[in-house]
Amino acid sequence: MGKVGVVMCPCELEGMTLFDPEVLVEGLKGRKDVLPLIHHQPVCSESGVEAIRAFMEGNGLDRVVMACSKPELFGPTFKKALRQWGLNPSLSGVLGIRPTAERKGSDDLQEALHVIEEGIDEIKRRKPAKGEKTPFVKRAMVIGGGITGITASIDLGNGGYEVLLVDRLPSIGGRMLQLSETFPTLDCAQCTLTPKTVETGQHPHIRLITYAEIESVSGEVGNFLVKIRRKAAYVDWEKCTGCGLCQEKCPSKVPSEFERGIGPGKAIYTLSPQAVPNKPVINPEVCRYFTEGKCRVCEKVCLTDAIDYAQEDTFIEERVGAIIVATGFDLYRKEDIGEYGYGDVPDVIDGLAFERLNSASGPTAGEIRRPSDGHIPKEVVFIQCVASRDPERYMPYCSRACCMYTAKHARLYKHKVHDGHAYIFYMDIRSMGKGYEEFIQQGMEEGILYLRGRVSRLFRDNGHVVVWGADTLTGKKVEIAADMVVLATAMIPSRGAKELAEKLHIGTDEYGFLTEAQCKLYPVESGVEGIYLAGCAQGPKDIADTVAQGNAAASKVQALFAQH
Amino acid sequence: MEFLYFPGCTLYTKAKNLDEAGRECAKALGFELKELSNWTCCGAAFPLAKDNIMALAPPARILAKAKEEGSTLTTLCSVCFNVIKRTNRLIQEDEEKREKINTFIEMDYQGDVRVLHYLEILKREVGFESIRGAVKRDLQGLKVAPFYGCMLLRPAEEMEFDDKEAPTIFEEFLESIACEPVDFPYKIECCGAFQSVGAPEVATECAYAILISALRNGAEAVTTTCPLCQFNLDSKQKEIRERHNDFPGIPIIYFTQLLGLALGLPVEKLEFHRNDVDPRPLLEKKGLL
Repeated sequence: MGKVGVVMCPCELEGMTLFDPEVLVEGLKGRKDVLPLIHHQPVCSESGVEAIRAFMEGNGLDRVVMACSKPELFGPTFKKALRQWGLNPSLSGVLGIRPTAERKGSDDLQEALHVIEEGIDEIKRRKPAKGEKTPFVKRAMVIGGGITGITASIDLGNGGYEVLLVDRLPSIGGRMLQLSETFPTLDCAQCTLTPKTVETGQHPHIRLITYAEIESVSGEVGNFLVKIRRKAAYVDWEKCTGCGLCQEKCPSKVPSEFERGIGPGKAIYTLSPQAVPNKPVINPEVCRYFTEGKCRVCEKVCLTDAIDYAQEDTFIEERVGAIIVATGFDLYRKEDIGEYGYGDVPDVIDGLAFERLNSASGPTAGEIRRPSDGHIPKEVVFIQCVASRDPERYMPYCSRACCMYTAKHARLYKHKVHDGHAYIFYMDIRSMGKGYEEFIQQGMEEGILYLRGRVSRLFRDNGHVVVWGADTLTGKKVEIAADMVVLATAMIPSRGAKELAEKLHIGTDEYGFLTEAQCKLYPVESGVEGIYLAGCAQGPKDIADTVAQGNAAASKVQALFAQH
Repeated sequence: MEFLYFPGCTLYTKAKNLDEAGRECAKALGFELKELSNWTCCGAAFPLAKDNIMALAPPARILAKAKEEGSTLTTLCSVCFNVIKRTNRLIQEDEEKREKINTFIEMDYQGDVRVLHYLEILKREVGFESIRGAVKRDLQGLKVAPFYGCMLLRPAEEMEFDDKEAPTIFEEFLESIACEPVDFPYKIECCGAFQSVGAPEVATECAYAILISALRNGAEAVTTTCPLCQFNLDSKQKEIRERHNDFPGIPIIYFTQLLGLALGLPVEKLEFHRNDVDPRPLLEKKGLL
């Protein structure tokens, strides 16, 4: 084997040269199997790329290790260039040697050298693929069937490309399916979303793989091999007509995750009457037959013999050319917030629970009734920034949607309970979207009382939720004996997002949100060519922004496919 | 089992009942409280200013002396516990301050004494199960509201005592001596602390809010670990009654007194006469004396 070329970028960050390439080359002096190139301009420039081409051609090199500070930015460009030069991009690697924030000096240098040496060894081990070039697969996979994934899938499908839309829930729609109305127009969420879910379900180019999770991913852009675990639904979806009789007759009433614990669900369920696909699954953890060995009511009532208690998880493998990750968000658990009672104070609910309470398809059919006794609450306190913007204890970031949805909650509450009082504790009001500030102002005119300050404690006393807060504008302590409290808890990455990111070899930040290649210019690209991100999986955002990212990711994939 | 015992000033004077009962209970439970020799004031408050290390000299000296005489230092008073435990932690973690303090007190102390509150000794060293076994007098589910106050719990990351929002050690203790712990929302609130000196009506209102909440939740008595909490809750009841005619009064009993009662100690050793609101009528009514 010939030598491996090593290209050191004299990258500068904030005006400082990160590593002196000459020093790095000096550190590799002992190795006879490498040929270094020092280029005195950043190699991501046009002249830099040209210099690498000349260096490789001049020395007959087919393998190169690039060391630079931002491999996620330069990597895809470099691989594209190699392909253009007729070289095999899988025989070269781009390494990140960005120093730690503390700039530890010589430790950093040693670490960088170590990364480079390991990279060289790895590149030497690689073998060129034999035989014919594998064809570029022009079909995409979208992971996550929320509004973002749906948007991206429809765009891709309309563009004529085949799409596999994978969701771990039995049906698509995601978080938006739980919402009642949306800001700033107060449109019914279901009325906006359902046409989209139906379109997705009926789209000739979109195949739904629901109740499924990604098991493993291998390959590269144009040819990813994805193994998917299809969870046992215990219902044969081929036979099931979606009549709903099994759900109606199922005798187990269990708290439903979809209803955020404030309404009952059944052991055999669909997420909504308009579910797409409209096929139920059995939750074996609460099903009487699975837990106690008897019942089988669903089996008895099913007209098409679709119930199959013996069903097992199945695995499917699919080849796709590009992947969009849109796995969405969860809310920070109120059970983990001590000052608000660790979730043990009745009538303290989170924002999504309020959505269910206000939703016509929710447990109270849209009437605002508090969970503990079903009374209509007359004093409702909304608390913003719960576990957000709290770097000492919880999440330091702003969850972005809460100012708006809390105003929406308070307004919807006032629209339904005319003699009720709505209080909002806030830190700042961030309403930068189109029509957002007007929406907040309208809420204030409708009589929402905004109190600037935090709530230090909540507790149950005498049938009320006592709220202790501060109004920092008057400098006074505020005590409210509320009937119900709604916590706008922080958005966090959805459960399992980090594990999925590891399978895809894409990065996550310290909170588990997927990291984009670059926050301004490459907002939907991951560090891996052919894998794109969109929506709240990348960071908290509202529906409008998430849809824009879904569109963006889909257009990136279409551009990628169009090149091949 | 032997533990060094730091009583602190108040336990020699106003809180003699907390101290006496604590010493008697230790004997009954078979562990020894060896009083630290030549102890001084604990410092009375952990300094709020970061550079005020002068105030750390007394607790540092107490800890350095404890190191000479044993390995585990215990207190009954929550305030002493707070000051000594936090000083110990600071000495462990802050090399610069450690050196300064050591130079000043002319001793060499590295922060390696274990500081435990008496309640922690009961939980971790004696064990609530053993206490349950040692109970001689059945308190028959006396409804007692445990008042934690703030000094045991906060700042939580330094005290590492219990969950600062939902502590349970006091409840576990009460269950072990056959009392029924009464949960009430004010159990972790401020008793009014030193406001009773400068703004006594503020402290009175704090005490009223705490006690009325305990009563509303069915408490027959309130128990404390801290002479300052005891003072505000117990000695201020006359003033509370003057301001709030709905307030019936409620005995405030140190936890060591309750423990002594359960362990069957002679009632005169528990010094109930020192409590401002005499708990004996309640205990007699319940047939516990």
